[in-house]
Amino acid sequence: MSQEIQIPELGSVGLLRYSWRQLTSMRTALILLLMLGVAAIPGSLIPQRTQNPMKVSEYFKNSPELSRWMDRLSLFDVYGSPWFSAIYILLFISLIGCVLPRTIEHFHAARALPPATPKNLDRMEHHASWTAQGDELDKARVWFKKNRFRILEKEGSISAEKGFSRETGNLLFHLALILVLLGISFSSIFGMRGEAILNVGERFVNTPTSYDSLQYGKLFKENNLSDFSIKIDKFTAKYNVETNAPEDYTLDVTFAQGDLTKISKRVIKVNSPLKVGNTNIYLQANGYSPVVTVRDSKGNVAMQGPVPFLPQDANLRSIGAIKVPDADPQIGFVGSFVPTYARSKDNGAISVFPEALDPRLLLSAWIGDLGLDSGVPQSVYRIDTSKMKQVGLKSLKPGETFIYPQGSITFEGYQQWVNLQIVNDPGKNFALLGGIVAILGLLASLFTRRRRIWIRAGKSIEVAGLAKNAAPGLDIEMQKFVTMLKGEN
Amino acid sequence: MARTWAYFSNYLIYSSMAVYTLSFFAHAIETAWAVRITTEDSKKTLDYKRTEKVARIATAMMILGFLLLVAGVVARGISAGRVPWGNMYEFSITGAMAFSGAYLAALRKYDLRWLGLLVSIAVLLTLGTAVAVLYRPSAPLVPALKSTWLIIHVSAAIISGGVFLLANTIAAAYLYLDAMESRGERTAWAKRLPSLEVLDQLSYRLVAFVFPLWTFAVIAGAIWAESAWGRYWGWDPKETWAFITWVAYAAYLHARVTIGWRGRKAAWLCLFAGSTFLFNYVYVNIWGTGKHTYSGL
Repeated sequence: MSQEIQIPELGSVGLLRYSWRQLTSMRTALILLLMLGVAAIPGSLIPQRTQNPMKVSEYFKNSPELSRWMDRLSLFDVYGSPWFSAIYILLFISLIGCVLPRTIEHFHAARALPPATPKNLDRMEHHASWTAQGDELDKARVWFKKNRFRILEKEGSISAEKGFSRETGNLLFHLALILVLLGISFSSIFGMRGEAILNVGERFVNTPTSYDSLQYGKLFKENNLSDFSIKIDKFTAKYNVETNAPEDYTLDVTFAQGDLTKISKRVIKVNSPLKVGNTNIYLQANGYSPVVTVRDSKGNVAMQGPVPFLPQDANLRSIGAIKVPDADPQIGFVGSFVPTYARSKDNGAISVFPEALDPRLLLSAWIGDLGLDSGVPQSVYRIDTSKMKQVGLKSLKPGETFIYPQGSITFEGYQQWVNLQIVNDPGKNFALLGGIVAILGLLASLFTRRRRIWIRAGKSIEVAGLAKNAAPGLDIEMQKFVTMLKGEN
Repeated sequence: MARTWAYFSNYLIYSSMAVYTLSFFAHAIETAWAVRITTEDSKKTLDYKRTEKVARIATAMMILGFLLLVAGVVARGISAGRVPWGNMYEFSITGAMAFSGAYLAALRKYDLRWLGLLVSIAVLLTLGTAVAVLYRPSAPLVPALKSTWLIIHVSAAIISGGVFLLANTIAAAYLYLDAMESRGERTAWAKRLPSLEVLDQLSYRLVAFVFPLWTFAVIAGAIWAESAWGRYWGWDPKETWAFITWVAYAAYLHARVTIGWRGRKAAWLCLFAGSTFLFNYVYVNIWGTGKHTYSGL
């Protein structure tokens, strides 16, 4: 009694073809497009590792269990996550599958002649007829040619068509989007991006070890780093005295290329990076490095030099750590630097202006194990004081010395540091070209109207028109055409 | 001198608010009269002259308010010695200017006077919020904003925003009238408004007209970001939401042109796309993190 339902066998080829059709259908493309928009949302609400790693670690600290789950779903790396990539890769496959056949079709259609005049013009829109005068066909031909219609003449009728650039623009727009994506992928494979913090007076040599952080694409070779060095000569920051907001940052550098024979003075500003071939050097951030000398109890110098501190607010109150691992026992200072000192009731030492008008260095000294050999990566701006003992607390003006039982520290003064970002982005020009072509294509596709106009001459003249996509404006054009034919202007 | 210009700008903004208020009342009276007249016995010949006169006053006031607002924005720019797009107060007064400018420009081509009431309310609310909550003294730009791209990128974004919001208002009107018609006949005052088809077409045309400009605004922003921040795209919240808006409008255009969505569905999609723009402006500017934090709040 069993009824067997006969299902036509699809086969693997059939299944593939079916999936391909589904994927490249307009509906799927539209759904993918909307999904891409929705998928981009979480990345703007949840902190992302690429932009704000500090916030991400805060998340982990506050709710470790939840964060671990979120991390499993790549919610801290949305734009590099498998699911986000899946959506845009599917979208682009769908796009290619949709656009390429249409391009070929359009290429043929653009060279073909318009279809012959239909028999029953009176069923068309914009139909009109009147008694013939005799020269209408010639007039129409001239008019069509002047207005750059493509025409087909057959048995006393002309079929004319115009507006192919609509589809051309449309296809160009979509092809250009593919170009943008290719540009982006090209950069991520062949490009590099690194950052380095430098004190004024220091020299940066472009080798991998000079960077504080360096990321490069899979096919970027380390010896592809361009051969240059930069010496930081001077950094000038100008601030508004009323709002404390920065007005201008200027970085003067001495730039040397290759074998140091070509040396030149250059200026780097926020909106004008230094360009070396494909590599751009940007001024990204700046701050203060207090200069200190640490001595042991016998007066021997254990450490000397500028230590970059990290700005915490608009007035550049900065925090940092001075670590002296070579001292015995190890010693570390948890510090905060304020460029223009003031005291507030609630927060203690604060800065009231970003320029160093009255700088102070506030230190707490710790002895014990700095934990540098434990293998756990440590922030250079913080000290893990869990295995240390506090031995003193002090606020220093430039030139002052803080003496504690195990030695002393002198606040010699300060220097400024800058953060240079060095980027080699070989694909960006493709992306830019893609962007420009996309806009041009978009303009052509949104503002061109595709339409056909027919005229048939016999005893009477018959004309009609047809606008594709119900684009407006054909009525006016038909009026002009008819007036011209009747010779009424 | 800079301070004098800043005060001058404030007076101009206050004056334009006063004039927009007059325009608002004139639009309200016009709507009210239109209701009263049509509810009278329909056999009587209707006298639309008075209504027409009030409508003209309303539009004239709107133009005057717009001119005062333009002057206020320009004076603000002079006071700071730069284009007036440095913080949220300045974005808001310029945005209100773009919105009412888009309305007035569209008015030259289409009969949109019925929309004047909504436009004047929206402009008044925006300016009111700007003056009361967002106001910051005129000040020079931070270094990252000192670029020619500020003029290009921000002006394109503001104009696009003005037109998007106009399209949104029309789509909302469509949905409201559509709901009204599905319950029966339009009520008296709504009879003067254009047919559903006209509204549907109009919001589509506004979007189609301004979508390339929005694309340009995003690309100009990317070019600027490349020279200021060392990357042209970094999924900064503002960039992400600009992208979402772009995707939403692209979906809207495809839905209309390729799949043939009309009416209710298209209007909802249009509203959704427009709200992503508003979200970007309000939420990301004020509460968001990232590099586009120029609200000054």
